[in-house]
Amino acid sequence: MIELLDVSIQAGAFSLKNVSLSIPKGEYAVLMGRTGFGKTTILEAICGLRAIVSGQILIDGIDVTQKAPADRLIGYVPQDLALFPNLDVRSHLEFALRIRKQSRALIAERVNELAKILGIVHLIDRSIDKLSGGESQRVALGRAISFRPSVLLLDEPLSALDETTRNQMQELLRQVTRASQVTTLHITHNEDEAIALADRRFH
Amino acid sequence: MKPIRRHRSDLLFFMIMGGLSSCFLLLIILMLAADLMFTSFDDFKAALLKPEIQAAFRLTLLSCSAATILALWVAVPLGYLLSRYQFFGRTVVDTLVDIPIVLPPLVLGLSLLILFHISIGGWELEDFLRNRVGFPVTYRWPAVVLAQFGVATAFAVRTMRVTFDQIDPRAEDVARTLGCSRGQAFLLIALPQAWRGILASATVAWARALGEFGPILVFAGATRMRTEVLSTTVFLELSVGELDAAVAVSLLMVAMAVVVLLLLRALGTGPSS
Repeated sequence: MIELLDVSIQAGAFSLKNVSLSIPKGEYAVLMGRTGFGKTTILEAICGLRAIVSGQILIDGIDVTQKAPADRLIGYVPQDLALFPNLDVRSHLEFALRIRKQSRALIAERVNELAKILGIVHLIDRSIDKLSGGESQRVALGRAISFRPSVLLLDEPLSALDETTRNQMQELLRQVTRASQVTTLHITHNEDEAIALADRRFH
Repeated sequence: MKPIRRHRSDLLFFMIMGGLSSCFLLLIILMLAADLMFTSFDDFKAALLKPEIQAAFRLTLLSCSAATILALWVAVPLGYLLSRYQFFGRTVVDTLVDIPIVLPPLVLGLSLLILFHISIGGWELEDFLRNRVGFPVTYRWPAVVLAQFGVATAFAVRTMRVTFDQIDPRAEDVARTLGCSRGQAFLLIALPQAWRGILASATVAWARALGEFGPILVFAGATRMRTEVLSTTVFLELSVGELDAAVAVSLLMVAMAVVVLLLLRALGTGPSS
C-alpha cells in the first residue's frame, strides 16, 4: 500500500504542493499527466531519493518519510533505466540479494526464477551494452523486483519501445505484478497503456 | 540559366590549422632533438653510472610512486564529494584545491617549511615529529614526498572530479533503492566505473611529481644521496657546470615520463575495453 499525505516537494524552481494519493495493497495504479508535471519528482520522493518539504509518505502503513532509500523496500525502474555499466545481466538480478547477504543457493534460485519469468534466460551472462531496448527494460524490471519489494515504481517504462515490444512488455508487467501482488505505481502519458494496465488511475 | 558551379577547396583550412598546430609540435621535437644531439651515448652512460645519479633515480621512482598513491587516496574521495554533493563551503573547497596549482612552486615549498617550523606556544610540528614520533620530515625524503604530494594531489583531484561528473549518478541512486548505503553505492557502482579516470589521475599525479623541483629544493634541500631527485640532479649538475650530465639526466626523465605515459595508456585501452 502506498499513501501520500499532503506531500509538498521543492526541486529547484519547481514545486509540488499538497499531493495526496492512496493505492491499496496489490493494486496497479497509473499516474497520467503531461511531461514536466512533476511525476518523476513524486516517484523520487517515494523512493527517498528526493527529500520532501512537508507531509508524510507511508508504505504498508509504515511512515517511511525519514527513512533512507535502502530501508524503504521499494523497487524502482527509472525512465532512463540506469542499469549498472560495470555489471552483467546476472549481477543485476543478484545485486539486491547480495546486498542483503542472502545465501548463494537462494540467490541462484531467485535469479533462475526471474530470468524465466522475464524471458531473459539466454541473456543472463551478457553485458548490458549488448542489450536491446526491450531487453534492457526486462533487466531493469528484474532488478527492481528481485528482492520482492512490497511496492514497485515504474517511470514511463514503455515509452522508448516500439509497438510490438511495448505490447509484450505490457503483458509481462501485468503478469509479473499480479503474480507477486506488488503494489504498483506506473507513470505514463499514454492513454492505451493506462487502459491496458490500470486498476486505478490518477491524473 | 546554368547552375553556378563552385569549386571550394578545404586545402587552405587544413594548411592554416595544421600549420599553427605544427609550430608547437615542432618546438617539442626540436628541443628533444637538440638534447639528443648535445649528448653522446658515452656521456649518457657515464652519467647513469654515477652513484649519486643512481641514488637520485631510485629516490625519484619511489617518491613519485608514493606521492601518487597518497594523492589517489585523497583525490578519489574528494573528487567524488565535489562532483556529487552540494554542501556548504563547496566553492571554498574547490578554490583551496587549486591553490597548489596556481601558487609559485617556491612559495609552496616555503609555506611547507614554515608550517613545519612555526612555533605555536613553544610547540613545533617538526620538533614533535622528530623527537616524539621519531619521523623527521624537513630536509629528508618524507619532505620530498610531501612536496610532490601537494601539487600532484591538486591535479589528481581535478581529474577525478571530471571523471565522476561524467558518470551518471542515477545508477548510484537506483543502487540505494536496492538496499545500498551511500558508501556501498560508491564502492560497488561508482568506483568500478571510474577506473579509467583513476589511471588518468595516477598518470597526471606521477608526471607532476616527477617534474616537481622548487618546493623540493626549499623544503627537502638538495643533499646528494639523501634528498636528491632527478629534477634536483639536473639543477646540481648544471650549477657545477656539468652540462653533459644535466642533459643526460634530462633525457632520462623524458624517457621515464614516456614509459609511464605509455604504460598507463596501454592499461587504459587494454583487452577489457
